[in-house]
Amino acid sequence: MPEYLLLLLLVLPFVGSLAIASLLRTAARTLPSWLAGSVALLATILTASYYPSVTNGKVVRYEIAWLPELGLNFTLRLDGFAWLFTMLVTAIGFLVVLYARYYMSAEDPIPRFFSFLLAFMGAMLGVVLSGNIILLSIFWELTSIFSFLLIGYWYHNANARDGARMALTITGIGGFCLLVGFLLIGHIVGSYDLDRVLASGDIIREHPLYLPALVLILIGALTKSAQFPFHFWLPNAMAAPTPVSAYLHSATMVKAGVFLLVRLWPALSGTFEWFWLVGLAGISTLLLGAYFAIFQRDLKGLLAYSTISHLGLITTLLSLGSPLAAVAAVFHMVNHATFKASLFMAAGIIDHETGTRDMQKLSGLFRYLPYTASLAMVACAAMAGVPLLNGFLSKEMFFAEAVETHADSILDRALPYIATLAGAFSVAYSIRFIHTVFFGPPPTDIPKPHPHEPPRWMRFPVESLVFACLIVGIVPSLSIGPFLHTAVLSVLGPETPYYSLAVWHGFNLPLVMSIVAMLGGAALYFALHNYLARCEDGPPIFRHLRGQRIFERILVTLSWKWARWLEANIGTRRLQPQLRIVAVVAFLAAFLPLHFSGFDAKLPPVRGVDPAFVMLWIIGMLSALAAAFLAKYHRFAALLLIGGSGIVTCVTFAWLSAPDLAITQLLVEIVTTVLLLLGLRWLPKRLGKIDESATFSARLRRLRDFAIAVACGVGMSILAYAVMTLPVPDTIANFFLERAYSEGGGRNVVNVILVDFRGFDTMGEIAVLGIVGLTVFALLRRFRPATESIGLPEQQRIQNAYDDAQPERNKGDTVRDYLFVPSVVMQWLFPVVITFAIYLFMRGHDLPGGGFAAGITMAIAFLLQYLAGGTRWAEDRLRILPLRWIAFGLLIAAATGAGSWFFGYPFLTSHSQYLTLPLIGKVPTASALLFDLGVFSLVVGATVLILIAIAHQSIRTYRVKTAPKTEDA
Amino acid sequence: MEFILSLGIGVMTGSGVWLILRPRTYQVIIGLSLLSYAVNLFIFGVGGLKVNAPAILQEGVDISAYTDPVPQALVLTAIVIGFATTALFLVVLLAARGLTGTDHVDGREQP
Repeated sequence: MPEYLLLLLLVLPFVGSLAIASLLRTAARTLPSWLAGSVALLATILTASYYPSVTNGKVVRYEIAWLPELGLNFTLRLDGFAWLFTMLVTAIGFLVVLYARYYMSAEDPIPRFFSFLLAFMGAMLGVVLSGNIILLSIFWELTSIFSFLLIGYWYHNANARDGARMALTITGIGGFCLLVGFLLIGHIVGSYDLDRVLASGDIIREHPLYLPALVLILIGALTKSAQFPFHFWLPNAMAAPTPVSAYLHSATMVKAGVFLLVRLWPALSGTFEWFWLVGLAGISTLLLGAYFAIFQRDLKGLLAYSTISHLGLITTLLSLGSPLAAVAAVFHMVNHATFKASLFMAAGIIDHETGTRDMQKLSGLFRYLPYTASLAMVACAAMAGVPLLNGFLSKEMFFAEAVETHADSILDRALPYIATLAGAFSVAYSIRFIHTVFFGPPPTDIPKPHPHEPPRWMRFPVESLVFACLIVGIVPSLSIGPFLHTAVLSVLGPETPYYSLAVWHGFNLPLVMSIVAMLGGAALYFALHNYLARCEDGPPIFRHLRGQRIFERILVTLSWKWARWLEANIGTRRLQPQLRIVAVVAFLAAFLPLHFSGFDAKLPPVRGVDPAFVMLWIIGMLSALAAAFLAKYHRFAALLLIGGSGIVTCVTFAWLSAPDLAITQLLVEIVTTVLLLLGLRWLPKRLGKIDESATFSARLRRLRDFAIAVACGVGMSILAYAVMTLPVPDTIANFFLERAYSEGGGRNVVNVILVDFRGFDTMGEIAVLGIVGLTVFALLRRFRPATESIGLPEQQRIQNAYDDAQPERNKGDTVRDYLFVPSVVMQWLFPVVITFAIYLFMRGHDLPGGGFAAGITMAIAFLLQYLAGGTRWAEDRLRILPLRWIAFGLLIAAATGAGSWFFGYPFLTSHSQYLTLPLIGKVPTASALLFDLGVFSLVVGATVLILIAIAHQSIRTYRVKTAPKTEDA
Repeated sequence: MEFILSLGIGVMTGSGVWLILRPRTYQVIIGLSLLSYAVNLFIFGVGGLKVNAPAILQEGVDISAYTDPVPQALVLTAIVIGFATTALFLVVLLAARGLTGTDHVDGREQP
């Protein structure tokens, strides 16, 4: 078999799931089940045909490079053990699909069910087939998620929701621990490859991180396999549809935990810690699960606790660290999957036919369902460990191992007795299942009073599984023998012990234990018989100690009480304290490392300064300080003052040989000022009256803020001085300077960086710009100004009042003629500014300019028309469609980038050459120019969109707030 | 040169920090503008200050004579994005004032 078909095996269920998901909105009932059934059958056949490739310890590997630089590969790996498990997952999956086809009722959304079920199957196959532990933990997480979705399938039912949430929380926490554990293992081994991990058992066990890694991985495995003390999610997960329970909670998902323990057995087991941790969990689960199972009223509850107990048995076997015990564990996994899946299905049939699963209501069903009853009895006998059935064989192996001495300790010496006791319990609950449900008087109090046998093909899955129980139980070495050997060989390798699968081993101690368990269990059941018929749900003594309640209490404490406390004591909704913390933390983040790394002022002395530059910055600093002082009461003045700081910044750029920055800064300064001016229209007017009655605490607050501001300012000064004067190591600047012309085809290195070398960054930035523009636009569509800002601005009111007072003037004359001469000039400047924008754009690749600067210039050209004639005047004459500019810009930028794919280059590779045009001369036609055109168009669109959206607010008519809603004008 | 510029950056930062700690939205927006000047100048200064250096590639000029183009490219986009975020913030605070009736940063006057 070619190894790439492994990928098909893994992908097949997911594809099937998607295909069925496409039917979600239809009422299709049979198509989804047919699809799911064919996928499961195909997967089973694929798996079966791989068998010759995995015998005798052979391994099939399929590898795709995923993140090779991190040592992560998408590795699929099929060995004998994985094969056996894959077979379980696919074959039982097929039977479950068949069963569910008849189980699900007409009202249930069928496509959703099968879609989730197949996706789960895929995730489970991923866990089994992963050859890389990180990949494994991803699929592990997926099984948790799909199990959540499947348990919560009937989401209108509160129990289903709670059960699903609990299962997800517990297994999700486990999955997280598992991932951390795997990362530790990867750290120890130096690789995440499963084969290397398995081969490095000695290194792992001797490493100081062994214990933490072990504990974390065990939490992952034990939560998944519902081991004590994490067992309580499984009974609650019984709210799932029964096919889900039969599949997830008997054969597959809960087996993932013990699967993992077997998988990592060569790498982790054999230590004292392993024995105690795994052993304690396993033994307590084995015993408690069996004990709890006796006292359940719900059929599925009984089966759930029985599953917990059997998983505990497997875990106990694995804890012993002996190869023979590992063989028994693998064997019991398979046996348990077969009889438990069939029992769940039988319970589902009973539920389906009678309408209840309450064992105190059910009785005497044998006369209605003789066939199902017989099947269930055989399966139950297998669960109890009756000879000639598969459960007997693995239980005998367990008893034999329990008698052996492994790590001499109390636990080990007590094990034979505990094993026998648990065996007796399991006999007791098995008898209870059969005796109460199928025998006794006819039921009187059931919702559907006339039960009858289910359809032929609904029984088929149960029949096949029970048949398997019988075959394996009667002729083990002819049926399961070779497959088990292949599986065990792949786990244990040369350590594989001799074992015998015979039914009769002679009259020995394990057989005595079996007989004691049988008789004891039967006696126990008949002693409890009357009590069980009346008792409350749940075992005596432990009835009130419920994991579910503890779990809920912990959740409430964590997510409600503590969260509330933290919010009340640490959180604040006020902005100022938050910003204060940000400022202080920023200061400390810069100060502390410098302070502790011994940074003292070894700064070079101040070099000679240019007096003109000093004068320039005196203006700049005064503007900044004055803006800070005046921003509260003199808003317009503050706006002009930061404009002053902006101009100083712009001149500084020009002074220090950065013409591109100077141009951009100047242009942006213009639009920012206009923007804030437009905004000021809607902000409250504040008069210059300093509040002298400030309280003492307010003064203290200001003093503290002042101190923070001074500290930040001084710190920034020193930092800036240090950065600018200390010698700079070789930077990447040279790389760009050397290649800008030869590879980017431009002489303006800044522009070449923007549109070529770092084109992808620029692409992101213009996207941000476009998004901001759209957001502003969207926010302003429902803009409601404050009531006192709705009226005309004060200036216009004064002008109108003047018009009213003059008899020869009409109202509005002054407003119309206001700044008349400048507005005419602005109108005439329109073509000039546009030409300038084109000029800036065309020269951008070789000389200062470029898409950004040109775009803003173009936006200013439009803006001037609005300023000159007013919004209505401008829009009567000029239709600007900023949204289209934005869309065009993004499209052309992306298309230019994608264009390089056609020539086989990565995204945004640019090409350049010069084109000679008549009259104009040589013109650079780098493909980067096209990209720059996109930048240009987008900048125009976004800037104009923002400014126009705000400008439009003035010509909208607003209703005063008495009307509750103000719609668009 | 470096000294004056770093002093200017410090003053702008100090004024900006003072303003963003004030209670009025308009003060915060002015403060952010000042801070963005300071930060842009700081990033620009990382490449070292050069007066009268060629900004455009020319034949026969040694590479070390040019100004560092990388911080310039960073600052150039930062200037434009700075405008966009200022606009966004302005619109948000206009809308907030319309909804809450106050221009306090918390949407209500502190007692």
